[in-house]
Amino acid sequence: MAAATVATTLAACGGGDSGGGGGGGDSAENEASDIGITEDSIKLGAHYPLTGVAAPGYSEIPTGVQAYFDFVNANGGVNGRQIEFVYRDDAYNPTNTSQVVNQLVLEDEVFAIMSGLGTPTHNAVTDFLNSEGVPDLFVSSGSRLWDDPEEKPYTFGWQPDYEIEGKIIGQYVAENFPDAKVGLFLQGDDFGEDGSAGARQFLEDQIVAEETYVPGNTDVRPQISALQAAGADFILGFNVPSYTALSQLTALQLGYDPQWFYSNVGSDPVLVGSLLARFSEGAISDASLLDGVLTTEYIPGVDNPDNEWTQLWQRVWEESGQEGELSNYRAYGMSQAYTMVQALQSAGQNPTRDDLVAAVEQAGSEWQGPGFAPFRYSEDKHAGYSGMLVSRLLGEGSEELTPVLVTDNGDAEITEAENEPASPPESGIPDEEPIN
Amino acid sequence: MSDLQTPASSPAAGAATSEAPSTATAASNASSAQAAGGRTFLPRNTLLRHLLVLVLCAVGAVILLESTDLGFNAQIGYVAFYAIAAGGLTLLTGLNGQISLGHGALMAVGAYTTALLLDVEEPLPLIVIFLAAVALTSVVGAIVGVAAARLHGPYLAGATLALAVGLPGLALYFRSFLGGEQGLTVSSPDRPDWFVEGIRTLSGNSASGVKWIAYIAVACLLITYFLLANLMRSRVGRTWRAVRDQEVAAELAGINLGTWRVLAFLVSAAAAGLAGAVLALVVRLTAPTAFTIVLSLSLLTAIVIGGLGSLLGALIGSALLVFLPRVLRDAGESLDMDAAQAAEISYVVYGVILVLVMLFAPAGLVGSIRLAWMKQRARRAGARTGG
Repeated sequence: MAAATVATTLAACGGGDSGGGGGGGDSAENEASDIGITEDSIKLGAHYPLTGVAAPGYSEIPTGVQAYFDFVNANGGVNGRQIEFVYRDDAYNPTNTSQVVNQLVLEDEVFAIMSGLGTPTHNAVTDFLNSEGVPDLFVSSGSRLWDDPEEKPYTFGWQPDYEIEGKIIGQYVAENFPDAKVGLFLQGDDFGEDGSAGARQFLEDQIVAEETYVPGNTDVRPQISALQAAGADFILGFNVPSYTALSQLTALQLGYDPQWFYSNVGSDPVLVGSLLARFSEGAISDASLLDGVLTTEYIPGVDNPDNEWTQLWQRVWEESGQEGELSNYRAYGMSQAYTMVQALQSAGQNPTRDDLVAAVEQAGSEWQGPGFAPFRYSEDKHAGYSGMLVSRLLGEGSEELTPVLVTDNGDAEITEAENEPASPPESGIPDEEPIN
Repeated sequence: MSDLQTPASSPAAGAATSEAPSTATAASNASSAQAAGGRTFLPRNTLLRHLLVLVLCAVGAVILLESTDLGFNAQIGYVAFYAIAAGGLTLLTGLNGQISLGHGALMAVGAYTTALLLDVEEPLPLIVIFLAAVALTSVVGAIVGVAAARLHGPYLAGATLALAVGLPGLALYFRSFLGGEQGLTVSSPDRPDWFVEGIRTLSGNSASGVKWIAYIAVACLLITYFLLANLMRSRVGRTWRAVRDQEVAAELAGINLGTWRVLAFLVSAAAAGLAGAVLALVVRLTAPTAFTIVLSLSLLTAIVIGGLGSLLGALIGSALLVFLPRVLRDAGESLDMDAAQAAEISYVVYGVILVLVMLFAPAGLVGSIRLAWMKQRARRAGARTGG
């Protein structure tokens, strides 16, 4: 309906701009400028684990994305186009991922893929998406694989990568706990590896032990006892939420009580709390074990109920009428959807797939949104947020311990963010200028 | 696992009973050649008959691939690699009576071999890479087979289960070489010019990378099934059936049980290796999460639903693996479920179908149809002689 109105009111001018070169400004009509885009709709696709071991938590992300797109659609959509969001289950299995993404691209004919979740899963489809020229925006993983503009010009990361997170954590620990004997508790893949590499830039002398676990093996007693035996009194974990719960329970059994620091991925208090209750068969009923645990944050979540963005997400969630409560995973999905709307607006009125990529490269670093730090997007860099802050968990809330710290990969310096965090626009919907 | 009615564990076919071919493996016993006496347009010679079927299937496959869109072409690739692996497994389980929960891991061997050999400046011809994947997997399969030949039923399942659980872990252990959790990306092989030209003259479709891979997958499937079908109808196949149905009788007839069991495992592993190689091309990535126990169990369900011991059954079961979840999911979504519910319901319905097949058609789809057909023929023959 809204689209029809826009189309008729704008029909007076322009129109003949069939060059396919993208937006003709405000005066042109809406056209079906590329695959997946029509006069009044735009189709986006995604893959998530909706079933299987990775589903708890992660399966909530698409409901957040959907809720925000519903909100934007109810307010007229983007350039008069309604956003159609198609997401499919891959059960965190790369074979399924490639199958559903094939389907999204070849059968559903989406304009772009967004928010694809997981390192091994999404890694299965980047080559295909890049060879087909499908924009592959805002991957839900902090791997550094997505920042490769030479080989993968259509792929963009979104969240801060694990290396810069490791650096920021490392510097904070070195400055605030100079006497701590640090033990690393790492997932045995690039997540643990990149995080460890970043932290070691600052903590090389303080680290007394490094233990890795293999995802899927639920017995972490050998690792935790080894950390205890090495005399570590400060444990830095780059692990997923279930291993936060397992490491807490194991330490409790061993009578081991170090200071814990979990990186952002493994620290959602609500999910960890429910996992603790399940793993301990009810002996522990909430996240109280996590009180005083340190972690990092890069977007506001439900632990900051007074934040304006959280309030916006709350409003969007209630209006969407879906079941369940707003969670950090849904806030994550909404933040990604917000960035996606910014990208679509910047790409102009009648964008092609290449226009969308150009928009992220050219305008992405300027976008103001829920993220505490700016994006690092440019023609040479496809990495997401540039920084985060360190906080302490208190019950299901948290308190901030540092200002927002920004940095880049390698030996780039860590500095305080220059900009104040942005407030959401009155309407709750971004308003970006087209790049052309 | 006892629900699977593997000949080795089901009382109807165990070594203790002389009641040869069990219902569960009915699909593997009736050969189209046994249409002897009946009217048939197919040649009597097995090789000729299979060649004819191969050519017909190839023509049919080309028609199918060219009359459907690219998305369907891509799905065919998935059906093909499941079907190749299921074909090998159905030979092992249906013909020789051994169960394997480790075929997912054997596929991983083929897939990683392919990924590593393709990941060089000047890769070898694809056919050489595929043969290398098959050869290496056969070696692994033969080693497993030597251990497996001494085991039965649940013990064999347990031993091969260990393979399925353990082998993908190697990719995490040798992370720098095998890529760890995030896996190895597989570079797509270039399309040859003759293929692009051929498709253009044939149907006018553009020959994209997806189509090329679909053709490779289908070609591998047809060749594998041709070879397996010949093997099953030969002396080798009969010996395997003898080993399955009556160990003592087979041994008295001079058959060395162990050797033949290892051979069955080797052939079956070779098929799994080729399936892994095709999977690597189709999925474009080999990562340990793709080769979990779930993959091995999917293959087993495919051959059980289709009919143990039947290649056609393995193909049908594989097609169900790929298309049924989609159909169910779309049905769920059209009933206004959200995507997560629709994804969950597809597993439930799949499970229900499996249970129903076990209860009402324990010989699988193909086996049941064959049984019904044979019964009817017997009745007709009986009526003729009686009347």
